[in-house]
Amino acid sequence: MNTIHNIRSSHFKSDASEAIANVELRGALARAQEKSNTKRDGAIQRIAGDWESMREQARTIKAWTLENLGEQLELFERNAVRNGIQVHWARDAESACNLIHEICADAGARSVIKSKSMVTEEIGLNHVLEAAGMEVVESDLGEWIVQIAGETPSHIVAPAIHHTRESIHRLFEKTLGRSIPNDAESMTMVARDVLRKAFLRADVGITGVNYLVAETGSFLVLENEGNQRLTTSLPKVHIAVSGIEKIVPRLADLDLFLRMIGRSGTGQVVTTYQNLFCGPRRSPDEDGPRDMHMVLVDNGRTGLLASESRRQTLQCIRCGACLNICPVYRQIGGHAYGSVYPGPIGSIFTPQVAGLHEASQLPFASSLCGACKDVCPVKIDIPGVLLDLRQEITEHGEGQRDQDTELKIRRESPAFRRWSSVMQSPGRYRMGGVLVRALAHIASHTSVFDRFIPPLAAWRTTRSVPRPEGGSFRARWRRRTGGKR
Amino acid sequence: MRVQLFVTCIVDQLRPSVGEATVEILERCGCTVEFDERQTCCGQPAFNSGHHKEAKAVAGRTIDLLSEWLDQGGDAIVCPSGSCSAMIAHSAELLADDPLQKQRAQKVAASTWELTQFLVDVMKIDDLESSWTGRVTFHDACHGLRDLGIGDQPRRLLENVKGLEVKECASCDRCCGFGGTFSVNYPLISGAMADDKIEEIDATGVDAVVSGDVSCLMQIEGRLKATNSPVKTLHIAQLLAKQDEPS
Repeated sequence: MNTIHNIRSSHFKSDASEAIANVELRGALARAQEKSNTKRDGAIQRIAGDWESMREQARTIKAWTLENLGEQLELFERNAVRNGIQVHWARDAESACNLIHEICADAGARSVIKSKSMVTEEIGLNHVLEAAGMEVVESDLGEWIVQIAGETPSHIVAPAIHHTRESIHRLFEKTLGRSIPNDAESMTMVARDVLRKAFLRADVGITGVNYLVAETGSFLVLENEGNQRLTTSLPKVHIAVSGIEKIVPRLADLDLFLRMIGRSGTGQVVTTYQNLFCGPRRSPDEDGPRDMHMVLVDNGRTGLLASESRRQTLQCIRCGACLNICPVYRQIGGHAYGSVYPGPIGSIFTPQVAGLHEASQLPFASSLCGACKDVCPVKIDIPGVLLDLRQEITEHGEGQRDQDTELKIRRESPAFRRWSSVMQSPGRYRMGGVLVRALAHIASHTSVFDRFIPPLAAWRTTRSVPRPEGGSFRARWRRRTGGKR
Repeated sequence: MRVQLFVTCIVDQLRPSVGEATVEILERCGCTVEFDERQTCCGQPAFNSGHHKEAKAVAGRTIDLLSEWLDQGGDAIVCPSGSCSAMIAHSAELLADDPLQKQRAQKVAASTWELTQFLVDVMKIDDLESSWTGRVTFHDACHGLRDLGIGDQPRRLLENVKGLEVKECASCDRCCGFGGTFSVNYPLISGAMADDKIEEIDATGVDAVVSGDVSCLMQIEGRLKATNSPVKTLHIAQLLAKQDEPS
C-alpha cells in the first residue's frame, strides 16, 4: 500500500491551531524564514547566468524525464548494474522497508548509520529496522536532534527548524544525562562525539539520493556536514534509497541543478559536499563499501504520471524554497501538516501519494498567494495543482474525505448552489445584495447572528467585521446617470 | 476610449465609493465610462473552492456579457481588483469545455485590465494630479502581483500624488492571509498571517495601508480594528481620486 509513515494530516485543523498558539515556534519560524530568504535572494543575485532561463531549462529537463520515466529508469538500472551497483525496485513503502531490512540482515547488521533522506522518512524505515532489533542512528545533526527528541522532521531540508538553541540544549542534557555548555559550538562537539562512535560501529550506511544519472548509472547526493561521506565510506555496505522521480538524463545536467539547488534551498552558492557515487569498492582502489545497493521507490508516484497537470508534482528537487517563502508554513511550521512532506509541496504531494482520505484538508490549507510558484526552481505550478485537487476533492471526493473536509463541503455545497443562482440573475443579485449589506451592517455592531452563520463566527475569531458603506455601487451609478439603466 | 467598469461584487456591495473613485479617475483620463448593470461576479469564490460547476455558470455568464459589449465596439474592461482581473484572465481554462465560450473568454481576457495597469500601461498616465496629505504603505495583493505582474504601476502612480509619503514595508508582498474561503475555513492561520502583516505596518508609523484589492483591505482592516490600531485602510482608487479643492 502507498503510505506516508506516521501521517496525521486529517488532524490538520486542530494541529495547526495548536501550532498557532506556540509563540516560541512562530518566532523561530519567522526568523528562519527571514534568514533563508535573504540568503537565497543574495545567492541568486550573484549567479552567473539568468535565473529565469535556468528555471525554464530545469523545468524542461525534469518534465521531459517524467514523460520518459520508464525508459530513463531502465537506462539507469542497466548502467548502474554495469557499475556494480545492485538495483532493487520497491512498489510501495512496505516492500521498500522489507527489501532494505533484508539487505541489512544479510549483511549481519546490528548497527545502521544514516545520512539525511526524506524518502526513508516517508516509508518509515527506521521504525522497521528498529523493530527488527537493529540500532539506527541519524548522522545529520538536524535529523539526529529530531531522532533523539522522538519527533519527525518539520522541514525537508532543515529538519529541526522548529527548535531553538535553548530547546536543543534541554534535549541534549536530558538525553545524555549530563550538563553541557549552552552554546552552539559545544553542543555540536557533543553531537560529533556521539556520532563518531556510531559511525565506527555501523555495519550499514544508508543515504538518500538527490539525482540519479541515467546515462552513467551513477548518483549524486548532497550534504553540508561531511556525515554522508563517513556514512558511505566506513560501513561495508551502502544502501541508497531514492524516489523514482529523482532522475536526470545526463551527467552534464547536474551542472545546472547543482547551481540551483543550493541557492534555492539554503542560499548556498553550492552545498559544502557533492558526492557522486559510481559503484562499490573495486580493485586497485580498496576504499569504500564492499556492496552498494540502490533501492528505487515508487510508493504511489507512478499514479501521478497519467495526468499532465498533476505530473509536475514529481519535478520537485526537494530544495525547500517553497516552505521557506510560504506565509502559512511561517505560522504553523511543518508538524501541523501531519506529513513528512509539509508546506506547499507537501500539500500537493501528500494527498496524491497517501490518498485523499489521508490528506484532503491540505489542498485547502493555502491562501493561494502563489509565492511558492515564484520561487520554485523547477517551476511547479503549486497553486494550479492545489486548485486541481480542490476540485477533485469537492466534486468527486465523496467517501474519500476526512471528517473536517466532509463537514466543510457539506456546509458550503448548498451555499455555493444558492450563490450560483443569485449570481446568474441581476434581480436576485440585487435582492441578495440588500440582504447581505443589512446583515453585514448588523454584524459589524453585534455578534448575535454569529451562531447561525458559521463563516461569520469564524471570521470574527480573529478579525472585526468591516462595516459596509451603505448602498450599492449600482444604485449610486443610477442616481448619477439620472435613473437610466 | 470606451471603458466598461467591471466593478466586482465586493466593491458593488460593500465599498461602492471605490467604484465611484474608479469612475472619477477614468473620466479624468478622458475615458467614457460605462457600467452594465447586469454584471455580478467573476466566479472566483466557487472556482477557488473547487466548485467548478457553479464557477463555470457564473464565470461563463460574466464572460458572455463582457464579450457582447466588446462586440458592440467597447474598447477596454477595467476592474479595481487584481484578483478579479486575474480570474477573468484564467476563465478560458475554466471554460475550455465549450470552444466558443473559451474563445470569448480569451477575447475578454485580452481586453481586461486592473485599474493601475490600465492607467500606466495602456493610458500611459502615471500622474493623475491627485493630492493626499499623509504617510502610507502599499500592500501588494497576491493575484495582481504574481498573476498579472502588478507592482511597479501603483507605486509610480503614488509617487506623483502631492503631499503623499510612501513608506515601503519589507513584507509588502507577503500575503495578508485573506485567501477567500481560506479566511473562514482556517481563521486562526488567516488571522496570524494578518498579524504578521500589520505588526510591520504598525511599526512603520503610517496613516494608512493602500492596496489594489478590497478583499485584502477588509482582512487587514478587520485585524487592525480587532487590535485597536489607528491605521486606516484605503483602496488606491480612493487615494488617487482625491484632488485639492479648487480655490
